[in-house]
Amino acid sequence: MNRMYKTFCALLFALLPVVAMAQIDGEFVKPRNGKFLLKNATVVTVTKGTLANTSVLLENGKISKVGTNLSSDGAEVIDCTGLFIYPGIIDGGTRLGLVEVSSVPETVDYADVGNVTPNMQALTTVNPNSEAIGVTRVSGVTTVLTVPSGGLFPGTAALINLNGYTPDQMYGGFKAVAMIFPSSGRRGRFDRRSDEDVKKDGEKALKEANDIWDNAKSYLELKKSGAELTYFPEMEELSKVISGELPLLIEVNAASDIQQAIKWVEGKNIKVILTGVAEGWRVADEIAKAKIPVVTGPVQDLPTRSSDRYDAPYANAGLLAKAGVKVALRTDDEENVRNLPFHAAFAAAYGLGKEEALKAVTINPAEIFGVADQYGSVEAGKRANLIVSTGDPFETRSQIIHVFINGYRIPMSNRHIRLYQEFLERSPGLKAN
Amino acid sequence: MKKHIYLIAAFLGLGVGISQAQVQKGSVLIKNATVLTVTKGNLESSDVLVQNGIITQLGKNLTAPAGVNTIDATGKYLMPGIIDAHSHVGLDVVNEGSAPITSEIRMKDVVNPTEIGIYRALAGGVTVSHAMHGSANVVGGQNATLKHRWGSMDPADVIMQDAPRTIKFALGENPTRVHGRGNGIQPRSRMGVEAVIRNGFNEAIQYKKAWEKYNLAKVQKGNTTTPPAYSERLQTLADILDGKIIIHCHSYRADEIYMLINVIKDFNIKKVVFQHTNEGFKVAPEIAEYTMGASVFADWWAYKMEVYYSTAFNAAILQKNGALTSINSDSAELIRHLYHEAAKTQRYGGLTDEEALAMITINPAKQLGIEDKVGSIEVGKQADLVIFEGHPLSSYAVPQMTFVDGVKYFDIKKDNNDQRQWVAATEMVEPIFLRANEEANRCMQDVDAYFEAFQGAFLKEKH
Repeated sequence: MNRMYKTFCALLFALLPVVAMAQIDGEFVKPRNGKFLLKNATVVTVTKGTLANTSVLLENGKISKVGTNLSSDGAEVIDCTGLFIYPGIIDGGTRLGLVEVSSVPETVDYADVGNVTPNMQALTTVNPNSEAIGVTRVSGVTTVLTVPSGGLFPGTAALINLNGYTPDQMYGGFKAVAMIFPSSGRRGRFDRRSDEDVKKDGEKALKEANDIWDNAKSYLELKKSGAELTYFPEMEELSKVISGELPLLIEVNAASDIQQAIKWVEGKNIKVILTGVAEGWRVADEIAKAKIPVVTGPVQDLPTRSSDRYDAPYANAGLLAKAGVKVALRTDDEENVRNLPFHAAFAAAYGLGKEEALKAVTINPAEIFGVADQYGSVEAGKRANLIVSTGDPFETRSQIIHVFINGYRIPMSNRHIRLYQEFLERSPGLKAN
Repeated sequence: MKKHIYLIAAFLGLGVGISQAQVQKGSVLIKNATVLTVTKGNLESSDVLVQNGIITQLGKNLTAPAGVNTIDATGKYLMPGIIDAHSHVGLDVVNEGSAPITSEIRMKDVVNPTEIGIYRALAGGVTVSHAMHGSANVVGGQNATLKHRWGSMDPADVIMQDAPRTIKFALGENPTRVHGRGNGIQPRSRMGVEAVIRNGFNEAIQYKKAWEKYNLAKVQKGNTTTPPAYSERLQTLADILDGKIIIHCHSYRADEIYMLINVIKDFNIKKVVFQHTNEGFKVAPEIAEYTMGASVFADWWAYKMEVYYSTAFNAAILQKNGALTSINSDSAELIRHLYHEAAKTQRYGGLTDEEALAMITINPAKQLGIEDKVGSIEVGKQADLVIFEGHPLSSYAVPQMTFVDGVKYFDIKKDNNDQRQWVAATEMVEPIFLRANEEANRCMQDVDAYFEAFQGAFLKEKH
């Protein structure tokens, strides 16, 4: 058996050069690790300005050097003359990897049964082979926060890099417990509850949240005092928020709910990030005063109220930033996370400005998630997550030429591109022959 | 008696007044813009003169006739009003999901000129939208082509009265779910969808014959034949067979698109446009040869099974295979930035500026049969125009002013809070529509998925 295996391997090695040369069916280009010198680019570092005619050396999964006249010794040189290097773009809130086809329940894994399920781990259910991952990363989005949704505490979100064969290989070093803050508003056009019922339901939900919080606090106190506790995974996870081990991502959108959430957080002494924040512009000063960072989006969205200016969602991020809030952007999407750069462009055009918009999808989310030592800018020592483009990656006419994730050179292909290659000039064409 | 005569006279006068009431038409001179005509190239620092709703002059150094306002568009871009070939904005309801064929239904009956979505579309440069019936039925209702003349309370004012008739067809998951799985009647499969269409057209042929027979008989002496029962449903199908109506067919998969192409060939129907058409790229040569092309999303995919094998390069493949291609919204949100959606054809397939802009102007105009009136900046055409800060295909472009028939309906400098025309008593306490909540509320989502009426309001509810 062992011998057969060895023979097989030997044969495989012997055939390798032939295989590599020939065009064979099912040939697949894999992501490739190595030492790469990206030569002579315009490097948009985000944190240290824009550097002309600069090279970037990638090795061991890190950016090892940024500068001129770097030695190409042992490195694969990629000429980037006339091209631009940006840090990998980060989406602060998605369901990427948690769902394949949203209308097919068997493929939807971002929501489980129950109102209090903070122990549901998004990272567990990330599908590294989701088609959407390949589709997303060639747009320059290299890293996303993937977030469960559903009940009051739907689960724990995880930061993932968009390359790897297991969730652990993809894991980006940040987790946070998600909370959907009780809403005092209507659930949409079909919500026919009376105003009193809406109010009552909101109060009831908030009371429930408070009760659960108190339980989690008691759980943590008992645990600290060395009490023998029964298995209680929900409380175990929530207690990590209370102890400061994990931040709390609070999804909240209506202005009054945002105010309520700020009040709710006060005195709890926990790390908080507000997400969604669609009506943040109405209470921007209060959010700034509370010094809570925000992940807002989608930018390309409808106003929440009929009376709002048409551009309220476009302008929201800019107004928040102007008030002094630290802002990151998100798509809140699954299959079209690739549009994050365009959401950022809209935010830029409607008040955020290009520079701040770029920060809102790079260094800001990195700082908000506490991983700025590794992500969010092109600096020596950081993870080799970066992109090479023909121009501003927020412009549709720019092409993303290369993507590197954790030092892996990502093949610039996916199913969308393969279908293009196959069908652009179909054979047979109109007439069979 | 005399009183009666006065009353009748008064009524007659009123009637004349109504029939003479016309939509507003404006005159304006737009100066020094980069004019993107779409059909005749770009004109640098040029002027466009609009008189009484029509483009009368293009060129340099034009002067405004007396009483005509001049707008300085130096450094700005001027393009034709954007046309959305698939929208549900401005409609009170969308689906009459009560039978697999409901060709008698008319969307003109449910147009709401005060819907805020119309103003928001104008703010995104959209001047014409194709307000369509939903996709619950194999043969849905007849659509309305709207001109976004915001401000009127009269539905007739926003309907483009000189646009030809169009009708909605729908293939695949939606009609099979609603009728087959929902009501236990055909169609439950894509085979059944074909059967429903073929049966409908054959019944319409019988219907036509019965009327022809009767019309011949009734002029004979001593005729005693009674007329066949009138059916608006079958008459509409007969009108399709006679080439009087353009079919706009909701479709996703290549097999069902190919099926309908075979059906129309058999019934000698020429006027078909495919809508959505996510797998159109697989049968692009057939679409190019036999139909009026496809109206597609820029990049929507994977929200349901029949769009899982999509590609964002769809529009580019269709275009490069010679199919007439437009980019549509089918969404109250996307309709606000169709210029950006069109620009995605440059990321995915490297189309030229002109090709990309044509996909939201002259191409959809052709698919709606209104290309002689709108869709490009040419002398003699209706003055539907948009002024942009930045090139409209830039992600940073911001629409500044939008004109329909030479009348300015959107001006970013005069865009105040609350543009609603009319507020329902039930909306005095204004509801807040939150996307995140909508998503969490899954049972509602199912209702939405069933009836695509509301899918525009929230991105999740795509069809």
